[in-house]
Amino acid sequence: MTDIHDHEHVGSAKLFINVWIALLAITFFEVFLAYINMRKDIMLIILMGGSIVKAALIMAYFMHLRFERLSLVLTLVPAMVVCLTLLAIFFPDSFRLYHLR
Amino acid sequence: MNDAAAEGLTVSPVGSEWGGGVLPYKVGHKKLGMWLFILSDSLTFGALLMAYSYARVASVDWPTPFPFNPSIIFSTVMTLCLLSSSLTMVMAVSASTRRDISAARKWILATMLGGAAFIILHLMEWNHLIGEGLGPGQLPTEWAQKWPGASPLFGSTFFGITGLHMFHVFSGLCYLGVIAVRMKKMTHEDVEISGLYWHFVDLVWMFVFPLVYLLSVEH
Repeated sequence: MTDIHDHEHVGSAKLFINVWIALLAITFFEVFLAYINMRKDIMLIILMGGSIVKAALIMAYFMHLRFERLSLVLTLVPAMVVCLTLLAIFFPDSFRLYHLR
Repeated sequence: MNDAAAEGLTVSPVGSEWGGGVLPYKVGHKKLGMWLFILSDSLTFGALLMAYSYARVASVDWPTPFPFNPSIIFSTVMTLCLLSSSLTMVMAVSASTRRDISAARKWILATMLGGAAFIILHLMEWNHLIGEGLGPGQLPTEWAQKWPGASPLFGSTFFGITGLHMFHVFSGLCYLGVIAVRMKKMTHEDVEISGLYWHFVDLVWMFVFPLVYLLSVEH
């Protein structure tokens, strides 16, 4: 039986604090965009980019995915990304609805 | 030579990676179960946020009612509470790796404190908005005048998304409470799995915060 407890030395406190600082920095940058009242469409793109980076940092380091086997990562992440992307297929319909008004 | 080999089929020898009797992902079934739950729950939130964006784009007008001061600052403080609680949770998992039960329990209690602060601040915000007249399918009169034609779906989507997220935070608090109380009986993997759930709750907020709050900042 494979020992599931032989790979538990994952990350140091310093690494986690650095990740936390990076998350805070991205958050403050996003809040700054709201403060300067940037154009909403450009802001949306930047905010979503920031959120994806933050999600990747949380999953990779806080959720230890970076230290797991590649087979687990390849099972979880592409499935999540593909399913979430498929939800967006309906999205252009909202523009059609807007123009029907 | 057995029959399968004789017919030219590939047979996994017992003990190989996918041949049974081993853990191909090198994680226990409980941890894999939590990952699959997270996968499915991310689709729930993904669908809700997509529906929110759909309703917003399809509407003639959409309220942008949150002034930077105090609303955005307030929700930023809430975000900091969640982000910091994720850091304390990762410290709890590290302490549990070293089997330092006392430290792990303290870090989990610190995590719960961050989560509780988030819920209290969130409820204060809800109370304020409900007081102004916002409800599911209902906009405050002042908003309806300021944004004529604005969709009343603002309230439904706002309370639906933030409410479901708050329920997840509350469930996480209960979950962590059980882990903290029964820490001596818990394995390291149990603590790590509770951490996965908590980080997921934090991860979801990383999308709710910009979409629902920052993009609704008052002009």
